[in-house]
Amino acid sequence: MFLLAMLVSQAPAAEGMSPKVLIGALYVFALAAFLGYLVISRVPPLLHTPLMSATNAISGISLVGSLVIAGAYEFDHHKLLAGGPGSHASIATLLGFIAVFTATVNVVSGFGLTDRMLRMFRKDVKGKEAHK
Amino acid sequence: MDASTTQSATQAVQQLVQSPNYILEFTYLLASILFIFGLKGLSHPDSARRGMFLAEAGMAAAIIGTLFHPDIHFYGWIVAGLILGSLVGVAFAVWVPMTAMPQRTALSHAFGAIAASLVGIAEFLMHSSTLSLFTRSALGLEVMLGTLTTTGSLIACGKLQGTIRGTPVQFKGQQILNLLIFFAMTGCFAYSLYDPSATYYFYGMVALGFLFGVMLVIPIGSADMPVVMSLLNSYAGLSSAATGFVLGNNILIIAGTLDGFSGFILSILMCKAMNRSITNVLFGGFGAVHHAAGAGATGEMHEISLDDAAVRLAYASKVVFVPGYGLATAQAQHAVRDLANALEERGVTVKYGIHPVAGRMPGHMNVLLAEANVPYGELYEMDQINPEFPSTDVAMVVGANDVVNPDARDNPNSPIAGMPILEVDKAKSVIVLKRGQGRGFSGLENPLFFKPVTSMLYGDAKASLARLAQEVKNV
Repeated sequence: MFLLAMLVSQAPAAEGMSPKVLIGALYVFALAAFLGYLVISRVPPLLHTPLMSATNAISGISLVGSLVIAGAYEFDHHKLLAGGPGSHASIATLLGFIAVFTATVNVVSGFGLTDRMLRMFRKDVKGKEAHK
Repeated sequence: MDASTTQSATQAVQQLVQSPNYILEFTYLLASILFIFGLKGLSHPDSARRGMFLAEAGMAAAIIGTLFHPDIHFYGWIVAGLILGSLVGVAFAVWVPMTAMPQRTALSHAFGAIAASLVGIAEFLMHSSTLSLFTRSALGLEVMLGTLTTTGSLIACGKLQGTIRGTPVQFKGQQILNLLIFFAMTGCFAYSLYDPSATYYFYGMVALGFLFGVMLVIPIGSADMPVVMSLLNSYAGLSSAATGFVLGNNILIIAGTLDGFSGFILSILMCKAMNRSITNVLFGGFGAVHHAAGAGATGEMHEISLDDAAVRLAYASKVVFVPGYGLATAQAQHAVRDLANALEERGVTVKYGIHPVAGRMPGHMNVLLAEANVPYGELYEMDQINPEFPSTDVAMVVGANDVVNPDARDNPNSPIAGMPILEVDKAKSVIVLKRGQGRGFSGLENPLFFKPVTSMLYGDAKASLARLAQEVKNV
């Protein structure tokens, strides 16, 4: 708690979250954790694999962070090869690109596989016969 | 109300309408709500698909909204990443077989974690000198969790796929070495917090994070993968949530936290299903304990011929199948379903008893059987099916071993003592399908095989099941 208070008191001195925003973010975190616990503990073991695949796809939302980094700075391969601080923007763009790629793979394959699995869960034999 | 307040109010409204940030924030809020509805849908198979459509819509809204983010000026790399990612993603979604779901999931944990790590590293690269202490702490956590989850998940994926040997890699002093790496990593983290200009400490932390992930997973055997997968799931989620704190982005915090908690809950469930603590899985060296105590069960196994087994099944009134991972390795899910069909046509009640750790990841066995057209109404959880065994005529154990080992219940000295099991030995008779007389995957002797109630049917599971189905039809 003390450490947290110290961190919060330090925050306004620098760029980034203001204390108000930070407290808000901590509220969001705590409530999301609580809500997540309630919602996810109600998922039956039957659907645990689709659950894992679905939460994986959902956490692929980190894509929105990757998108901003991949598109915020100008990429210049001369500066990249020259190295030094001048190359940082180009390196960040490349890292962002890789992150966009991996997060997109997660989003697309996560939702795709979840749906493919859920389609297989059928209530009764009749449903199965109809599908055939 | 004086003129100046009216003016500022008008300005505020103008800002609200004009600024794309508010629209973006609203999109994120909508997406967060849709994600939660989506996960809520997973509480029942009937509502699950609808829920996922909601979550997909939320995701699409959030991504499209972000493309108009005021900080984005260059689209070349974004478009390339989105297109390449979608192509690979679609390929995964269409072609990954259900038996390979554990590997695919491990790989996606690695992908999620590497995305979070790279965002963190790029953020450090561009803004390290101006970030607040809190943001730098969150960034350090994000990158540490991200890097160790990346390599840890890649190792897990390799073990599950079989490219890396599944047996635990253990050596003397391993735990001390791991502890040293851990302290070196957190030490670098702490020093880079103290002195943000010491960038080499930050990159040292990145390297040590990658190394620690490898060291964390190599001593863990394939049988413990359900726990490890859930735990890495949790780390990947928390790493995403930390990214949210770094970027001041609530939807990342929400989605990351949901993912992190989901993994955490699954880890606890898996640990309960094996009666072990998380520390025990991570540092216990499970494989090593096994060889010490396994010679307890002796006696004679009773073999049963295929014809006798078929007759016994055909004249039963209730049969419970108990599948284990061996079923998946033998690709025998469809063969089980065919046999069950043949039995059901004769009026036999067929049920399936699924142990939580029957597969290589939580819920894996349910998916495999659902793929083989088993209706989910016939899939029973451990607690539901255990009271039914005394009224079961034949319990068919296919490729399962530890999860039906009565030693877990009866022998307090057994390495798996206390692990909840499917109590097939309480059924009127048990047929165990097994390749040969040797020990199972875990190397543990199973007294079930020597009980008078048990009959052994040797041979390849898939072939035996197919022939049983044929025989049952002919009875």
